[in-house]
Amino acid sequence: MNRHLLSAADLTHDDAVLVLDTARELAAVSGRAVKKLPTLRGRTVVNLFFEDSTRTRISFEAAAKRLSADVINFSAKGSSVSKGESLKDTALTLQAMGADAVVIRHSASGAPHRLAHSGWISAAVVNAGDGTHEHPTQALLDAYTMREHLADGAGDLAGRRVTIVGDVLHSRVARSNVLLLHTLGAHVTLVAPPTLLPVGVATWPCEVSYDLDAPLPASDALMMLRVQRERMDAAFFPSEREYARRYGLDARRAALLPEHAIVMHPGPMNRGMEITAEVADGPRSVIVEQVTNGVSIRMAVLYLLLGGAEPA
Amino acid sequence: MTSTGTTHLLTDVRPLGADPVDVRIEGATIVAIGAPGTLDADGARVLPGAGRVLLPGLVDLHTHLREPGREDAETVATGSAAAARGGFTAVHAMANTDPVADTAGVVEQVWHLGRDTGLVDVFPVGAVTVGLRGERLAELGAMADSAAAVRVFSDDGRCVSDAVLMRRALEYVKAFDGVIAQHAQEPRLTADAQMNEGALSGRLGLRGWPAVAEEAIIARDVLLAEHVGSRLHVCHVSTAGSVEIIRWAKSRGIDVTAEVTPHHLLLTEDLAASYDPVFKVNPPLRREHDVQAVREALADGTIDIVATDHAPHPVEDKECEWNVAAFGMLGLEQALAVVIETMVAPGLLDWAGVADRMAIAPARIGRRAGHGRPIAVGEPANLVLVDPQARGPVDPAASSSRSRNNPYAGRDLPAPVVATFLRGRPTVLDGSLAAPLAASRP
Repeated sequence: MNRHLLSAADLTHDDAVLVLDTARELAAVSGRAVKKLPTLRGRTVVNLFFEDSTRTRISFEAAAKRLSADVINFSAKGSSVSKGESLKDTALTLQAMGADAVVIRHSASGAPHRLAHSGWISAAVVNAGDGTHEHPTQALLDAYTMREHLADGAGDLAGRRVTIVGDVLHSRVARSNVLLLHTLGAHVTLVAPPTLLPVGVATWPCEVSYDLDAPLPASDALMMLRVQRERMDAAFFPSEREYARRYGLDARRAALLPEHAIVMHPGPMNRGMEITAEVADGPRSVIVEQVTNGVSIRMAVLYLLLGGAEPA
Repeated sequence: MTSTGTTHLLTDVRPLGADPVDVRIEGATIVAIGAPGTLDADGARVLPGAGRVLLPGLVDLHTHLREPGREDAETVATGSAAAARGGFTAVHAMANTDPVADTAGVVEQVWHLGRDTGLVDVFPVGAVTVGLRGERLAELGAMADSAAAVRVFSDDGRCVSDAVLMRRALEYVKAFDGVIAQHAQEPRLTADAQMNEGALSGRLGLRGWPAVAEEAIIARDVLLAEHVGSRLHVCHVSTAGSVEIIRWAKSRGIDVTAEVTPHHLLLTEDLAASYDPVFKVNPPLRREHDVQAVREALADGTIDIVATDHAPHPVEDKECEWNVAAFGMLGLEQALAVVIETMVAPGLLDWAGVADRMAIAPARIGRRAGHGRPIAVGEPANLVLVDPQARGPVDPAASSSRSRNNPYAGRDLPAPVVATFLRGRPTVLDGSLAAPLAASRP
């Protein structure tokens, strides 16, 4: 494993499988009455969140605490950063406090990369979502969830078909998922209106479709991405209703999926926009499981970056 | 008798790379050129040229000196020093200062600051529109008639995107033989743009700056220039498509000139993968294909000149996240080095070509009769002595600029400038300033 986790591309096939296997062992801890391991006792993990994301922050916080690490939550919104303190000065402060790992969430693509490579800090850096770039732990927890349902919780995802639908252009989740799922041997199809696909998507290791119905009968997993209603104002699509009709997941479309297929969403959902409540709460939905698996994955990442290279 | 600064004898120098000669300079003028050893050394300070190349002093049509307003990034004095060390004897100071150089008062202030420093001739560029806001024309005539005698007008940093305003500007400056230097960037296509739009921007999650945003404006502007019979200059051409449009325009006889920056001759968008904002620049670094196209265009004359777009920024504006960092990079001190590396070494340009692209043509576009002159008896002694062999890693800390945003840091490049003469007075000797820069004004 690299010293940092900045991109899903940092993970080799063996690294990725090691993280998933480690997460599976650590998941057992979460089922115990005392949900705690002494592994990272005395180590300090800083959650450095420049962008609001309660879900991701508490997931990392729970993961670090279950490994007995000391956790400092540095919510940069409403702190000195909004008064103009630079990323560099914040980093130097964390360095002075002796942070062993920094989990960073930032609205600027590349901010974790800057933090890891500018020499301001010696801690391991974990990207918890940067701008429209990547969100590697989300991709790992998604892969973990797929592996549990589609591959008996072992090995990789060779040959599985995953369809990812929505605002790929602005989605860090889609970028990390395409990279990681490709590494794990899955076939990925991205589905979006052409306006919400980046220039150059043809060079990505995946298929692209403008039509949602076509790939559904062959999909083992279907991931719906959040689509912000504001995108409509920038002419990415004409109206909420048109988007929902062409790219939303409703009961009719869900019925086109094979019997065993699962429906995923990284949250938070726009019910009625990209997914109907009926499907989100339906039997195929593994959306709540994704959240649970997030804690195990983040435990595994922190463990492997700070603790050691061997499975727990 | 001590005549330092008044009479110099350059021995064994090769003008534009031709056979070696000796050159005698008295006062501001070249007074004699003869075979090595044949000229009178009497009363002259002798500078052995050792077979090095002598070029006319370089002229930059596109320099940001930041004064007035951002003296923490650069001043006319520090920028002039960097220019002299880069082999320049004249620079055109862009108008996007604070206050904007959109009145006779501001351009005269910059012009006076340049004269007081005395290391290069500083020719202010006037803003096309008031405050660079793209709403109404600045008093172009007043700037043209001022002591600064402005001939180049530009809203650089912003595009004159309104087609009617651009047309009027092109027409208006015909009255005093001015030129509009356009920063070609369609604003709506580049809102919050961060780097070249392509596969890499998609992967890095940085908002794209598509080539079409530059090319569409150039296409519109060459047609406007043709329609009103005026003179257009295109700043910092960065794409292969722009080259094609300019080539087409010239073939139609449209009076258009174009510049390319040193960084667009050498660097590609791949550097953005480091997320290090020292590589963030506007227009952005493009693909290898574009780099090859602008080199070929500079070689065949489709692109007329090299202009630095020297853009100093303080450390804190670059030591941050990519998307909040300032656009721009230094260029004055490495411009000739990059041209040697990318154009002379591969055989795309000879020394006469370098003199044309970096001195003669820019002086002609800027209508500066005292610069870009032939190396001949009776001509003003604006000269630069060049050692094509010297090279070494670029050290940003060694710069005379007040800023350190040097994209070539650590890169092994030519270090060609041995001496620079401004009207017979050495501003640079042995690669260093001939006299220390006076302390900053209060």
